Amino acid sequence: MNRFASGALVLSVAVLAASCSRKPDSAPLKPTAFGAVIVESSGGKQITQTGTLLPQPVVVQVNDEQGAAVTGALVEFAAAPGVTFDPASALTDSSGQVTTNVALGGMAGRYQITVSTLDKTHKKVELKIEEIALGYQQTLGRRLNDQYCERCHNPESTVERVSNYDNLEVKPHPFTEGETLNKFSDTDLTAIITYGGPALNKSALMPAWGNTLKKSDVQALIAYIRAVSDPPSRSAGPVYAKN
Amino acid sequence: MKDKLSSLWQKLFGDSVRAFGVISLVFLASMAIAPAKNFFSEWRHYQHGYLSMIRNRSEANTLRRHFQGGIQQIWLPELGVVDRCTSCHVGLKEATLTDVAQQPYRKHPVIPHNLDQFGCTVCHRGQGAATTVAEAHSSTLAWEQPILPAKFVESSCGQCHRGPLPGTPQLNLGRNLLSRSGCVHCHTVRLADGRTMKATDDPPPLSHIADKTSREWIYAWLKDPQAYAVTSTMPNFKLTDDDARDISAFLIANSTPVSGDSITLSAKASSDPTAGASLYGESFCASCHAVQNAAGNIVGGDVGPELTRIGSKVKPAWLQAWVRNPRVYDPPTAMPHYRFSDAQVATLTGFLLAKADSDLLTNVHLDAATPEQIAHGKRLVSDYGCASCHEIAGIKKPENFAPELSRIGSKPITQLIFLTGMPQTLPDYIAGKIKQPRAFAPGLKMPQYTFAPAQIDALTTALLSLNDRSYSLPPSLAVAAPPESDYQPAGRAGKLMTDLACFSCHRINGHGGDMAPDLTWEGSSVQREWLVQFFKNPGTLRPALIRRMPKFNLTDGEVSELTDYMMTVYQSPAVDRDSMPLSGYSPGQIELGKQLFYGKYSCQGCHIVDTKTDKGYIGPTLTHVGSRLTAAWIYQWMKNPQALRPGAIEPNRALNDEDARALTAFLMSQKGGGKQEAAKK
Repeated sequence: MNRFASGALVLSVAVLAASCSRKPDSAPLKPTAFGAVIVESSGGKQITQTGTLLPQPVVVQVNDEQGAAVTGALVEFAAAPGVTFDPASALTDSSGQVTTNVALGGMAGRYQITVSTLDKTHKKVELKIEEIALGYQQTLGRRLNDQYCERCHNPESTVERVSNYDNLEVKPHPFTEGETLNKFSDTDLTAIITYGGPALNKSALMPAWGNTLKKSDVQALIAYIRAVSDPPSRSAGPVYAKN
Repeated sequence: MKDKLSSLWQKLFGDSVRAFGVISLVFLASMAIAPAKNFFSEWRHYQHGYLSMIRNRSEANTLRRHFQGGIQQIWLPELGVVDRCTSCHVGLKEATLTDVAQQPYRKHPVIPHNLDQFGCTVCHRGQGAATTVAEAHSSTLAWEQPILPAKFVESSCGQCHRGPLPGTPQLNLGRNLLSRSGCVHCHTVRLADGRTMKATDDPPPLSHIADKTSREWIYAWLKDPQAYAVTSTMPNFKLTDDDARDISAFLIANSTPVSGDSITLSAKASSDPTAGASLYGESFCASCHAVQNAAGNIVGGDVGPELTRIGSKVKPAWLQAWVRNPRVYDPPTAMPHYRFSDAQVATLTGFLLAKADSDLLTNVHLDAATPEQIAHGKRLVSDYGCASCHEIAGIKKPENFAPELSRIGSKPITQLIFLTGMPQTLPDYIAGKIKQPRAFAPGLKMPQYTFAPAQIDALTTALLSLNDRSYSLPPSLAVAAPPESDYQPAGRAGKLMTDLACFSCHRINGHGGDMAPDLTWEGSSVQREWLVQFFKNPGTLRPALIRRMPKFNLTDGEVSELTDYMMTVYQSPAVDRDSMPLSGYSPGQIELGKQLFYGKYSCQGCHIVDTKTDKGYIGPTLTHVGSRLTAAWIYQWMKNPQALRPGAIEPNRALNDEDARALTAFLMSQKGGGKQEAAKK
């Protein structure tokens, strides 16, 4: 009787182990090398809609003490629940880099991605990267920004959209300029957008949009401005989305 | 044993008082089960959690006053909604809870709808009547609609909103891709408003393909379309070598020549890359066609096919005929008939033919086709439904070639066959089918597309919106799509406009592209003489634009035909061209307008009037505006730009009559050259 029970126990453990090992990611990646620091190559501070993929992948690089790229170091990505990584962990390639596609969670706000690797003493080395997820209202605001505001307020030019920023005598504030814009209350921003710069004794080069944009449009724009400001604005809601 | 039992019986039910007491206790205990279950229920736990969370907030009293305990329910009979979600999601409507990140207490993000009018499950799916988290959010045996992942939530907007919405880029993109990527050539999509989704791509006809290209190129293309052009939208049918050989044999054998489809020019194809590149640039070919540059970047538009390896594809005589007049080979093509001279045709074709990739066809060696191969190729063309997209002589466009997708967003999970290891939900199934259609069963015909992950999510969003609810909706909730227009201009001018493919870029009366300005009221807007000069030599009005009107080498007769038609027909009832003079405004009024321009309205932020001082780069340059626009148009534009051209980005300043008149006077004085100088003094 006793022997039968122990046999069954062994069998069930074996079945359990076998069923676990069939999972694709159960074989953990084994690092073949260890670095000293992780640096961001590209993909930080991107903006996307809640739940969707970032337009560009996040690329990080592991370097050793001398700053040379390390191949074969294990890099792991982690963030609040709801954020998905493809892949969530990988070994650095021949140029010391790991590329992952990131989809942000369902809550609007800022997401902090923690990228980690182990150094030679098996201590964790971390890098924090920040991404921004826009909800419905902020997405609407982004569209209005792209249509009406960005040509002057974004100093960067692309082939498709040449920036007018440099042509203006009084420089507009880029919407990421949190240090300035966070000081304006929602009421102030509404007044400037609706009645133009002179409403707050600012330049007339900022026209009045009150007849072009609806009230809800202006609110959406402000929600967008708050969402992308750097440093983050408190009125944008939770600074780091926890899902 | 028996003794023990009987003594226990004796103890409990020995006399009637004892029996009564025991039975009362048992009753009491069993009656406590229901209240206990209620007391320990999940929603009560969350409501307690909410109350303790708000206790320390400054606005606790307000929140407590709003709080209603017990099961909450939103009941909307006409939508079939019984949603008890607000029993746990207590703070959904609390405006002050924006800083709360903890679920289920977060405030609902701002949306244009009232939660009490639409409930929760109309947008989020899930089981509304459930009162436990697992039953409400996940699929159970009796309920297979789990909560919709956030990335697909825009699909729910599409149930009622049949047209594009500014707040739903993902849904708009998905619907666009359904029409543009050829999905609806094979899959019928009937919409709830009675329309059938139309394809907006234009796959080339194959009835005369032998004029255009070689059998070797067709073979290589069929094997891997993206090897020829990475931006190609043709999917990969994963054909075997033999099948590709036979289809190419059939297409060539089936092709009939078109007269005038290939020409040999008297001028020799030029090998001068500088002249070719500059003609390619001047003609703004890149507005529609892309080329992959040395760095691997795709540069140019996506209206026409990518031209990176065009020299390896087309026959030189066909290309010359095509560049001279594309309408001979493909009458409805979006490509304009440029009216190039023979020398220009030679220069441009020489430039394009040099864009070749010698590796593309090196390994393709095909023996002459046998009749069996051609017959087999014809069968394959029918089997794979090639004629769903391409016009092929002798093969009828198949009807209902692929499953109809009109209600795919409500497809029961029990009818789906999932891949092993795949999450068993409808969105995952749809996305999986788009990602790797052939993996789901052997012998499936749907080809492999090259969608990016974000495009697959967008397509899935659009397909999920095609569901039962979009049909069962109360008609008052449906928001119609903007009406589609098939406007065609009449007469000889209309023919000319079709020949020049004006509608590939311009929109008139709701029909046409959006690359170039809307011309619906062009006749009210511009002066005739300016339009004549513009057709003859189109300059640019907006210096920052990379896409511009090409020069079509029109004859004087064609120019006056077009100008007369546009000046007569494209007139806005809101603008009386003759109500205001083109010149003769008083210097005082002009000066006042100038002050308003540079001061109160600061128009120089976006426009240039004086090239020495103004730098505005967004709106059109206004140095010659007095010779270009009519005064009545400028006046009405000042009062409300969007009334004349919906979507114009100039802010509506709602000018009063006096300011509008003064600014009109100032702008009409800007006639370019010497007169401009005079006006400034």
